[in-house]
Amino acid sequence: MRARLALLLEGLGIAVLFASFLASGGKYVLAGAALALIAGAGLLGALRARRERANFWLWYASLLVYAFLYIPLVIVVIFSFNDSKLNAEWVGFTTGWYGRLFADEAMLQAALNSVLIACAAAAIATVLGTMAGIAMHRFRPRILPFLVFTPVAMPEILLGVSLLIFFLNAAQPLLGAVGIEFGLGLATVVIAHVTFCIGFVAIIVRARLAGMDESVFEAARDLGASPWQTFRLVTLPLILPGVVAGALMAFTMSIDDFVITFFASGVGTRTLPLQIYTMIKVAVTPEVNAISALLMALTLGLIVLASKLAPDLMRAGAE
Amino acid sequence: MAPRSQRTLKWLVGGPPFLFLVVFFLLPALIMVVASFRYPGEFGGLAPLLPARPGEESGLTAESYTVFFGDRVYAEIFAKSFGVAALTTLVCLVMAYPVALLIARSPKRHRDLMVLLVVLPFASNFLVRVYAWMIILGPFDLLFSRFAVIVGMVYVNLPFMILPLYTNLEKHDPALLDAAQDLGAGAWQRFWRVTFPLSLPGMFSGAALVFIPVLGMFAIPEILGGKDDWIVGNMIKESFLGTRDWPFGSMLSLMLTVAVLAVAGATSWLAGRSLRRA
Amino acid sequence: MALLEIRNVTRRFDALTAVDDVSLSIEAGEFFTLLGPSGCGKTTLLRMIAGFDQPDRGALLLDGMDMADTPPEKRPVHTVFQSYALFPHMTVAQNIAFPLRMARRGDVETATKVREALAMVHLEDKGQRLPHELSGGQKQRVALARSLVNRPRLLLLDEPLGALDAKLREEMQIELIDMQREVGITFVFVTHSQSEALALSTRIAVMNRGRVEQLDEPSRLYGFPKNRFVADFIGKINMLEGELAGTGDQPRLRVAGLGEVAVRAEAGWRAGTAAALALRPEQVRIAPAGTDAGLPNSFAGKVRDFLYIGDVTTYIVDLPNGQRLQALLPNSAPGRAKFFEVGDAVTVAWPAEAGAVLAQ
Repeated sequence: MRARLALLLEGLGIAVLFASFLASGGKYVLAGAALALIAGAGLLGALRARRERANFWLWYASLLVYAFLYIPLVIVVIFSFNDSKLNAEWVGFTTGWYGRLFADEAMLQAALNSVLIACAAAAIATVLGTMAGIAMHRFRPRILPFLVFTPVAMPEILLGVSLLIFFLNAAQPLLGAVGIEFGLGLATVVIAHVTFCIGFVAIIVRARLAGMDESVFEAARDLGASPWQTFRLVTLPLILPGVVAGALMAFTMSIDDFVITFFASGVGTRTLPLQIYTMIKVAVTPEVNAISALLMALTLGLIVLASKLAPDLMRAGAE
Repeated sequence: MAPRSQRTLKWLVGGPPFLFLVVFFLLPALIMVVASFRYPGEFGGLAPLLPARPGEESGLTAESYTVFFGDRVYAEIFAKSFGVAALTTLVCLVMAYPVALLIARSPKRHRDLMVLLVVLPFASNFLVRVYAWMIILGPFDLLFSRFAVIVGMVYVNLPFMILPLYTNLEKHDPALLDAAQDLGAGAWQRFWRVTFPLSLPGMFSGAALVFIPVLGMFAIPEILGGKDDWIVGNMIKESFLGTRDWPFGSMLSLMLTVAVLAVAGATSWLAGRSLRRA
Repeated sequence: MALLEIRNVTRRFDALTAVDDVSLSIEAGEFFTLLGPSGCGKTTLLRMIAGFDQPDRGALLLDGMDMADTPPEKRPVHTVFQSYALFPHMTVAQNIAFPLRMARRGDVETATKVREALAMVHLEDKGQRLPHELSGGQKQRVALARSLVNRPRLLLLDEPLGALDAKLREEMQIELIDMQREVGITFVFVTHSQSEALALSTRIAVMNRGRVEQLDEPSRLYGFPKNRFVADFIGKINMLEGELAGTGDQPRLRVAGLGEVAVRAEAGWRAGTAAALALRPEQVRIAPAGTDAGLPNSFAGKVRDFLYIGDVTTYIVDLPNGQRLQALLPNSAPGRAKFFEVGDAVTVAWPAEAGAVLAQ
């Protein structure tokens, strides 16, 4: 009983901490009070009988961590409705910032670019990633896994920078020599995105194949299906949920990408993350909050959809 | 199936992604290695390999490397980057462990939801997550400090510590803890002598997944930190887009790659050792 | 001409020889079984017949034609897999229709044949179900129906009853025999269960370490095993070791501590060679001590233990030379659970023609 009370107290403390972000005067006071509450809750729980103690601490710490994960995002969303240019205290409710968004030419163009790029990158990465996933499962090649997974594992800046050099110092002069004008733009961003999205799709497809009964494919051949028929009528339908989940992941990763896009895009190509970056560095207004909230809603929906299609993939991705 | 048709099938299916990645991943990497040995171009970028105009530098040189190994400031920046990465990893570990343990010990039907709740914040845009801390820390006067950078790094990388740790903890056999308790071990003992050692591989996985990306992040120090908080990632970005000394930037990228490989190798060696000991 | 001829087939996997120079012929209409312990090569051989593996040496001929260049989908051979391998995303009816679609049989003919197949396996009303909705036995039957629907020349079954519980297994065994007789298709059955092999087959090839130890009808395999492996693998066996003695018309086996055992006259007998008598428990008569069984081989013993199985009891008798003999007795007397108790003195006896004499 005391453990529950302590956890409740902790929740209260977290709520007060949350409120302190929104408050105007007395920020520090509220924050201090919140911390005191949280500490007190810890003390209360520690005084509990021995048997419950370990579990209490787990819940106590986890609650704090979950709060840590979510409160910042909630604040972003809340302040997107704040009737003030500053993101410091709550003044009043307004949807004006969202309205401003839709009138912002640059923002709309960036949004359009992001969607176009994401569609193209997701499409290409899904096809190539599915092929890679099947090849890795079936033929166990030695080099392909390295090529597929390293772009996902290494720091993004390395990939971005090497592609920048490649595009401007190799591709551009080479293509220029044959009369083709080539520069940084939508195409280069798409190519860059595909490079790291292939890995996501490949992991998911390979995991899906690994979890299936192998003899099903042999049975199809045994009953008269050619290798192509086997693929079309048995393999493809069975991996389809994985392929779709992979496509959704690729789309999400592409829309959200910042670092690689930063280096692979030219002056004229803006995506949403790049636009947000510029706004953060130049002039911070709640317009940023609004676009962030919208972006969050979109990617949230996509991830929930992907996880419904293939619930074990979150685990596979973690590995 | 006859071996020859197996091979053609292998190339048919694996070929396209292979070719794509060779051209757009491997090739750029090789070009970057060569670039680190070139002169910077007159207007930035890279100088040509073959002499074009008189008075222009061309060809290969190890100038970038000599500058790097000559000046102490670069070693200091690398050391600082490692420090930030290490601190971030440590904080992530301390915060991730309770959550991972809680999820692993929860009944099966709750687990997927709890994992989803951990992953969802990750669904929001990277910049949004950094921006959120701008909003929070600004009014409290904690912005543009090392503290802010660490908070930002931890926030962005936390799921990458939680998930591998959880994956490992979930596989633990609960009978082991029962056996330990049966033999007289208390709660803390059971954790320290059974759960913790068995979770070491998961910890090392998570550490690699956090440490390595942190080294290359430039946005967080740029947005949340001061000029003093720059790490390797910032320097690379500055080289390519600021001073436009591409050879130097390429050299830094290679140094970063070496560091990343060293860390990856170390964590996987440590993970292997911990597995054998446990 | 035999339906399937396997000629000197060898298959190696690195250092392991899975199938070692195997030759045998399978006649049309047979229920042919490959029997042996795990790792004996029976499944490898089956996969080569199906076309999923190629022999390193030798040939497989179906209806006289070498199948070396024929891929699995072109062979008139179908397989029932151990895991059933039903297509999870297709209904039962679609599963069964699959081979007909591959053979481009036309919608009307396909629908008719599918209905017939469902009826044959007693699953008429399950056509629209998905595989995961079926029980193990039902999945089994769908797999059978699917493989038989377009009447292949040969049906291969890879331990299909392995996953079923004992009762279901026995029911399916009877159904399989009936089905095979009804459809008339040649079955090649792989199993490690000797009792199953004996019950189902017209002929059995006992395999061990890639070689065929003996190829025979079940009763001959059981009654006249050619070597120790077969004698021991099939059913229960008593082994009496000794040395051949006596003469060609009155052969004897000298067993240490027991005396001379009269054995059956066999060709190639030579005095002095080491040999063993393989004796089935049901061939050993057991009677209270002192009874004259009227048989040449009669020895005194003591009951050490017994295994009561319901319909029969196996008595384990200690012989004077320290060896233990198993004697089987049906429990046919009503009201009597068993005939002998532990510690009873008994006489065990068997005729000279009983058992088989095996070389060392």
